[in-house]
Amino acid sequence: MIDGKDKSSIIQMFHVHKYYGSKKALVDISLNVFKNDFLFISGPSGAGKSTLLRLLYLGEPVSEGQVLVDGMNLSRISRKRIPFLRRKFGIIFQDYKLISTKTVFDNVALVLEALGKKRKVIEKKVRKVLRTVGIEQRINAFPPSLSGGEQQRVAVARAVVGLPKIILADEPTGSLDSNSADIILNLLKGFHSHGGTVIVATHDKELIRKAGGQILYLKQGRLFVPTPI
Amino acid sequence: MATYYHRAVQDIKDKGFLSAVTIITIALSVLIVSVFALFFTNANNAMNYWEKGVRIIAYLKPGISQKNFPDIKRKIQGIYGVQDVNFISKKEALKRLKEQMKRQSSILMNLNENPLPDAFEIRMIASSQRGEKVEEIAIKIESLPSIEDVEYGQKWLERFTNIFYLFRLTGYAMGCIFFMAAVFIVANTVRLVIHTRREEIEIMRLVGASEKFIRGPFYIESIIHGILGGITGVAALFITFKLISSNIKPDFKYELLNIKFLSPEFYCGIILCSMFVGWLGCYISLKQFLKA
Repeated sequence: MIDGKDKSSIIQMFHVHKYYGSKKALVDISLNVFKNDFLFISGPSGAGKSTLLRLLYLGEPVSEGQVLVDGMNLSRISRKRIPFLRRKFGIIFQDYKLISTKTVFDNVALVLEALGKKRKVIEKKVRKVLRTVGIEQRINAFPPSLSGGEQQRVAVARAVVGLPKIILADEPTGSLDSNSADIILNLLKGFHSHGGTVIVATHDKELIRKAGGQILYLKQGRLFVPTPI
Repeated sequence: MATYYHRAVQDIKDKGFLSAVTIITIALSVLIVSVFALFFTNANNAMNYWEKGVRIIAYLKPGISQKNFPDIKRKIQGIYGVQDVNFISKKEALKRLKEQMKRQSSILMNLNENPLPDAFEIRMIASSQRGEKVEEIAIKIESLPSIEDVEYGQKWLERFTNIFYLFRLTGYAMGCIFFMAAVFIVANTVRLVIHTRREEIEIMRLVGASEKFIRGPFYIESIIHGILGGITGVAALFITFKLISSNIKPDFKYELLNIKFLSPEFYCGIILCSMFVGWLGCYISLKQFLKA
């Protein structure tokens, strides 16, 4: 993260500003995330946590400043290259963002289909990752028939199946009970232990305490030095 | 590609009613345009057939001596475009008339004298068998002093040609209108599908799907709609054609008009065209409603 020494950077933000009309969502953010960091971005609702994550995968563009992700300068990236940028990320949302008309298998397989993997490979990998997140028995179920915790596990499976370099999780346990939240946290830790970088935007102090990762604090769009919890 | 195809087919199955409406609309458009095409093809064949058999009959003035006949024949033969000239005597003409009238030939039995004039039957070379060329030759023959009148079915040909051109113009106009209607329907179908799959498309983009991956199935789906619509339209036309042509009396069918169905090249062209309609409708809709 900010004080990293030996590790190489995977995300760099230089004096990034984000405005919505006259409203300042993010103000002068400079940040350096290193490979295999486990980073929490904390802060109250409306502080700009989700906005910051969206800037990383070009969910929206920055108003000012520059963002580098694994060597890609997002200010100069062409429209055609955006999918390649997004393949570096596995994204987990609070509202899961699963396709309700597709089965659990198809939702997870979508990532590998988009990567152009063969059917056999897809079959094998999806089953394996669903086994890892403990939801293989619901492989043919449709998302609306799953509990919140199960849906979020599917979302985690979808996020990791394409072997991304970075996991971005936006309030991943926001609507889950503590047991389900623990399962999700363990899955994120598992990804991290295999060398992945994890960035979690959350205001859940309990989650941060349990995870024990590095913390950045956002307040009214400004980034503050890590604060003790 | 197999993934795109699989997803397109799945989508057609999921949105069965919408797909059926699109296919039927394309099929109806193809059917209407094909009816005109069928008419043109056969009318054109009939015109060509008629033009190949076109001949000028030059009637001689009464009282022309038989010894002048070779001279008249030579003069006609000298006109550019004339292939051969046959003399038909009034006696021969009456005999032919009796043969053509068959059962009604008894009417001619009571004639005191043969009312038919001597005549020359003139055939033209291939390059002079078109309407205006025939008319040109007929005028030259008519200007010969021994000729009283010429006949070459010009009024019938003119009328037929005018009707033919009118139908062709209507056909082009209808073709354009139905082409646009079919494109519009396909575009609208794609738009509705995009609308129902908006969330899915957004998620696809978030997981790193390329625009090709997102748009590909839409194109395949629309092209399948186009092909199925084209095949249905041509099949409907073929069935209708068979039903109608089986009710036409053989004498009429073979002697006057040899009615044929569209050639394989032509109906393959129609199916290709409806495939293009599918593609174009999809292209317009994606350009308008699926901005990256």
